[in-house]
Amino acid sequence: MAKETITVHLKVWRQNGPNDQGRFETYKAEDVNVHMSFLEMLDVVNEDLVRAGDDPIAFDSDCREGICGTCGFVINGQAHGPEPSTTVCQLHMRSFKDGETITIEPWRARPFPVIKDLVVDRDAFDRIISAGGYVSVGTGPHQDANAAKVGKPLADRAFDAAACIGCGACVAACPNAAASLFTGAKITHLSLLPQGKPERSRRTRRMVHQMEKEGFGNCSNIGECEAVCPKDISIDNIAKMKREYLRAIFTDS
Amino acid sequence: MTTLDAREPEGPLQEKWDRRREKMSLVAPNNKKKHEIIVVGTGLAGGSAAATLGELGYNVKAFCIQDSPRRAHSIAAQGGINATKNYPNDGDSVWRLFYDTIKGGDFRSRESNTYRLAQLSNNIIDQAVAQGVPFAREYGGELANRSFGGAQVSRTFYARGQTGQQLLLGAYQALLRQVDAGKVQMFPRREMLDLVVIDGQARGIIVRNLVTGEMERYSADAVVLCTGGYGRAYFLSTNAFNSNATAAWRCHKRGAYFANPCYVQIHPTCIPQSGDYQSKLTLMSESLRNDGRVWVPKKKEDAGKPPHQIPDEDRDYYLERKYPAFGNLVPRDVASRNAKYVCDEGRGVGATGRAVYLDFRDAIQEQGRDLIEDKYGNLFHMYHKITDEDPYEVPMRIYPAVHYTMGGLWVDYELMSTIPGLFVAGEANFSDHGANRLGASALMQGLADGYFVIPFTVGNFIANDFQGKVDTSHEAFDKTEADVKAHIKKMMSGGDEDSRTVIEIYRDLGKVMYDKVGMSRTKEGLEAAREKIVELRQEFWNGVKIPGTPDGYNKMLELAGRLADFLELAELMAIDASEREESCGGHFREEYQTDEGEALRKDEEFSYVAAWEYGEAGDWTVHKEELEFENVKLSTRSYK
Ligand SMILES: Cc1cc2nc3c(=O)[nH]c(=O)nc-3n(C[C@H](O)[C@H](O)[C@H](O)COP(=O)(O)OP(=O)(O)OC[C@H]3O[C@@H](n4cnc5c(N)ncnc54)[C@H](O)[C@@H]3O)c2cc1C
Ligand code: FES
Repeated sequence: MAKETITVHLKVWRQNGPNDQGRFETYKAEDVNVHMSFLEMLDVVNEDLVRAGDDPIAFDSDCREGICGTCGFVINGQAHGPEPSTTVCQLHMRSFKDGETITIEPWRARPFPVIKDLVVDRDAFDRIISAGGYVSVGTGPHQDANAAKVGKPLADRAFDAAACIGCGACVAACPNAAASLFTGAKITHLSLLPQGKPERSRRTRRMVHQMEKEGFGNCSNIGECEAVCPKDISIDNIAKMKREYLRAIFTDS
Repeated sequence: MTTLDAREPEGPLQEKWDRRREKMSLVAPNNKKKHEIIVVGTGLAGGSAAATLGELGYNVKAFCIQDSPRRAHSIAAQGGINATKNYPNDGDSVWRLFYDTIKGGDFRSRESNTYRLAQLSNNIIDQAVAQGVPFAREYGGELANRSFGGAQVSRTFYARGQTGQQLLLGAYQALLRQVDAGKVQMFPRREMLDLVVIDGQARGIIVRNLVTGEMERYSADAVVLCTGGYGRAYFLSTNAFNSNATAAWRCHKRGAYFANPCYVQIHPTCIPQSGDYQSKLTLMSESLRNDGRVWVPKKKEDAGKPPHQIPDEDRDYYLERKYPAFGNLVPRDVASRNAKYVCDEGRGVGATGRAVYLDFRDAIQEQGRDLIEDKYGNLFHMYHKITDEDPYEVPMRIYPAVHYTMGGLWVDYELMSTIPGLFVAGEANFSDHGANRLGASALMQGLADGYFVIPFTVGNFIANDFQGKVDTSHEAFDKTEADVKAHIKKMMSGGDEDSRTVIEIYRDLGKVMYDKVGMSRTKEGLEAAREKIVELRQEFWNGVKIPGTPDGYNKMLELAGRLADFLELAELMAIDASEREESCGGHFREEYQTDEGEALRKDEEFSYVAAWEYGEAGDWTVHKEELEFENVKLSTRSYK
């Protein structure tokens, strides 16, 4: 049977605000139960820091179930760490070896300034959605939900795109810091469904322009985004976005 | 003293909401833009309320703790949302959903509110579909439904196992559309730490900017609180890490009554705790009980053995044995309580002895692995990932965990608290689920409140009771902000070398709450809990270790503030549980059970809502709202 507890050495990026230079600090985590999640391991390290009167490592998390998209940092060079299709909060210490050194850094991308240590500002994502990532209907009486039929395969494809949790791993993993997977997923979700069709061009144009305005880079089809995505959002969404954008330049619907 | 007037409309149940709406005063379109409304929380309730109020023309300011409104705890809801569309043609109706909700709540909710909820359920589905929410569909293109939580009809709409996510993203997108339109101003990474009350009305809030640590003040003509439930009083729960009671509790201390704090739902199918470091518990969908069989060894000595070494005759399928009619599908509270009993007897399994098996061996044998994989593949995968055990090969281990709080701030029919101008929606209020909530009905309630109730009732308040503009230079803002700062300073000043950390005290609180204010309660236990809670509170205020300073990002300080409030709310939960000398829904008192060990309700004495008023001396006075059942006949739940 594999060992139930391990010792790991952490090299953690510490940075006190966007204007601080930042540096790596090292910590040793002993007797780490392999069934702990990665964030629980950090909780334990932080408890020790607090007890010693030191400043705990700042990181964000909320649901700890892989659905809210709050958590996320780079582990040993990989966004969300070594397990495929897994957020940091769902990663367990059994994925690491006894004695291993683990390097932990924040998402690094110009549009995501560091707030503290591993916490970054991802407001740019909200501004992209705000530019058009919705169907322009108000609250009120609408036609019966079954009036517009949507075939199951189409509904499933829309769902696959809509499953994005907005964590930002795609941006962090991309050498160009492109936000195309994030933006493409929302454009795809809404343009596939009949409800999203009427404003499909306007939406695409506005979202893409906002993405550029925020300083995200251009997609050059490297595919790192898809590889690190904890929700398996497909790179096809980017191709779809590009097609939608071309179409949007020429049409108004 | 405020009186408890639920302001229910006259007339037959079916007509109450229409009649009320017809009588409501309206704010003229060009006047709406002169009114400011604060919405705290952007989960299903807050997101939908803020978006709709913005669409109507009000100036809305919305606040949340997370870095984006899209991340509210609602995002984690899995199973689905109920509505009475009756698409499967299996006889569902508004009346049936209403009745199921009242009965599921063990006859401890208000008829008029619950009926309105059932009435509005269909509008929610139409609304969500219009927004592009990708619900599950049949091949013919129509919406798919399933039966959920033991309901006898298929009325649950879902989007794979991510219904909460998709509904929340729908509300979030509607909200951001209003941000773009300039009608909603969004303030993420803010925590509301107090309510500003002027001349008896809610007129603003004090928030801490969680990035800079600065105090900020905002004024408004009405405040809508949508800050979720208080399950994190138990430390370990299925709730998101930042879920808390702080906003609600600070409102309570400013005069809002807190209703039925002892009503807590403990969900039977969660992945058990694996060690002391555990930070939260993960829910496994209730649907697993459709095919999984729950058991523990008959003999204590077998508890440590691997399950396959325990032959069938030595297994106790205790739910099937005790409840032959419902078997593994008994309601949540019954399943949870029985798991606790067998573990208390020493028959619990797993490393900690606090788990029971949920076994799919027979289902796999009968239906084949493929079919089981088709139904539960993603859940099995999640379980495997977290526990490193393959549920196709070995039975799952499950244990109950705190999941939802039915209690909350008291509200009237229009969802207004006892502080005029303070409205409360979603899990934060107490209104619709009585002593126990049915599966797939919290999403429904949050969205009914936010899309379809709050926008009208807030307008009605503003049209009738608005008392003129105030701004944040008013002395009440100075005073309230000073109170908040003093509170933080006091918290941070006590700790020294020997003090314990926030987490250490918090874990102790959670433990006492699980042990004594959990699935099964007794008078002595509740009294002991109260003593322990007071002791922990004293320890906290004598000195707790909080790192850093208040002037910047400081997670531990945030947590300390929330713990300080839980240490008060927990005491009230114990008091409420102690005074409710009956068993109902999620509240089970061992002294009040039938000969067969089932919950014994006492309708003559306890058919009321207990609404607690906070006193200056840190004590509480109870006010009772009698529950009148004019439309349903009270019956006893039986699952034998
Ligand atoms: C794992 C899980 C699965 C579930 N599955 C289902 C299901 O299938 N069907 C169902 O009907 N229900 C389900 N529920 C219950 C349901 O998800 C919740 O009851 C519901 O989402 C609560 O919504 P809400 O809008 O009231 O609050 P929340 O979604 O909890 O939102 C609270 C909001 O308030 C903000 N907030 C809190 N305090 C403050 C403060 N002091 N200052 C500023 N902002 C603050 C937060 O930031 C957040 O935005 C589930 C719950 C869990 C835990
Ligand atoms: S904390 Fe929610 S996805 Fe990790």
